[in-house]
Amino acid sequence: MKPAAFDYVRAESVAHAAEVLAGAGGDGKVIAGGQSLMPMVNFRLVKPSVLVDINAIAGLDRVELDGSRLRIGALVRHFTTARDSVIARHAPIVTEAMKHVAHLTVRNRGTFCGSVCHADPAAEMPMMTVLLDGQIHAVSARGPRIVPISEFFAGSLVTSLEPDEVVTAIDLATTPRDTGYGFHEFARRHGDYALAAVAVLMRLEDGKARDIRIAVMGVGEMPSRVPTAEEVIEGNELSEPMIMRAVESLRAAISPNSDLNASADYRRHLAGALAGRAIRDAWSRAREAVLP
Amino acid sequence: MTIVKREISITVNGLLHAVSVEARMLLSDMLRHELGLTGTHVGCEHGVCGACTILLNGRSARSCLTLAVQADGAEIETVEGQGTAEALGRVQQAFRDHHGLQCGFCTPGFVMTITDILRNHELSGDDEIREALSGNICRCTGYEHIVDAVRALIREKDTRP
Ligand SMILES: Cc1cc2nc3c(=O)[nH]c(=O)nc-3n(C[C@H](O)[C@H](O)[C@H](O)COP(=O)(O)OP(=O)(O)OC[C@H]3O[C@@H](n4cnc5c(N)ncnc54)[C@H](O)[C@@H]3O)c2cc1C
Ligand code: FES
Ligand code: FES
Repeated sequence: MKPAAFDYVRAESVAHAAEVLAGAGGDGKVIAGGQSLMPMVNFRLVKPSVLVDINAIAGLDRVELDGSRLRIGALVRHFTTARDSVIARHAPIVTEAMKHVAHLTVRNRGTFCGSVCHADPAAEMPMMTVLLDGQIHAVSARGPRIVPISEFFAGSLVTSLEPDEVVTAIDLATTPRDTGYGFHEFARRHGDYALAAVAVLMRLEDGKARDIRIAVMGVGEMPSRVPTAEEVIEGNELSEPMIMRAVESLRAAISPNSDLNASADYRRHLAGALAGRAIRDAWSRAREAVLP
Repeated sequence: MTIVKREISITVNGLLHAVSVEARMLLSDMLRHELGLTGTHVGCEHGVCGACTILLNGRSARSCLTLAVQADGAEIETVEGQGTAEALGRVQQAFRDHHGLQCGFCTPGFVMTITDILRNHELSGDDEIREALSGNICRCTGYEHIVDAVRALIREKDTRP
């Protein structure tokens, strides 16, 4: 038996979960899919006093379209996110990025919201939440609050979520139908965490790029947008030299780490190459979208 | 912290068991140590190798990332439920026919993942088969024979009336 001892509560409702967390003095942990938490608990990297299991709470497993926002409940599994037709229609880049998340068995349990709460710098769903202006809906005994993604990530595996808060859902901006998207990532083996990935969204208006968004992951402490690269393209007609300029400004904007998987230089080079591909994909999909 | 044990009831391969476990006991350890079902193998204990894969309410899950208390009231299927040495299950027989195993350490996990695939997924082509198997690691076979076995199982499923 490897984990340190802890208490376990199967929460009956969000209020119940919040109440147990409030009584845990900062040492409680929510368990959703357990696919990131349990490895850390098994290795005693995390020693919670109590695990609050939210899996039996009714109503958290839904994907809903609310105006121009997609709302993904805390028990929406990767398996569902990957196949959901509402997500595929209103945020197809999420469907595309999901192809790279983990493996069949892990997807059966792992959740979208759990992945964002875990805040791995090389995870796809946190990056999608950055790209699509996500908002985190959190509840504690003190009441509910909504945290914009720009205030959520605080570093690798660190977020601004309080230890007594439970996330009930995350909402994402939907993308208009004429939005082109591109997502490219490189990992050593399929389903492993990426060495780097780049996601791009854009529309075309009179041949000019509009609403361009570029996000990267795996090349910093947390996923982020790259405003300098976006500025190269926004409002302009695309061309190969311009794509190369955007790629160069992306390479200049990131400061990846070296680790046993890849050197910083290699990661920087890789991110640029992936950005070029993702921009070209987004551009060609945006062109198809405006064809008569 | 005073360690309290809890009573849970859990159906494994169709048989109901009442077990007394600590909250921290992993489902993999409960199956092996409390129920003596050592067919579920334990390799990495952090979700990477797939050896401990079982079915939890009909879908594959890592038993090393699941607490036994979480499975209270659940239906679990393990490799022991697939067949016997005398009468192998369908997936086991396909592994035998196609030389899908050597040392056998990874095999129970593969068999359970493949059971999930056959029940819940429509795969076409080797790329999709390989992707679906990518969460299970085998250090012996080089995977080719395992893919052969799955390809045959899918074909058999498609041609069955
Ligand atoms: C072999 C393997 C490969 C993987 N590959 C990838 C990959 O390629 N890409 C990728 O993105 N991920 C990958 N993962 C991780 C997987 O996606 C996890 O499912 C995900 O990171 C966490 O989701 P979860 O629901 O399992 O969360 P849990 O493990 O249950 O929780 C993770 C953390 O978030 C907190 N948390 C979870 N839900 C809530 C909530 N509702 N409110 C408050 N806090 C909460 C927990 O307290 C914990 O700190 C992999 C995992 C494994 C085991
Ligand atoms: S022992 Fe569970 S995945 Fe390796
Ligand atoms: S048969 Fe030996 S590890 Fe797969």
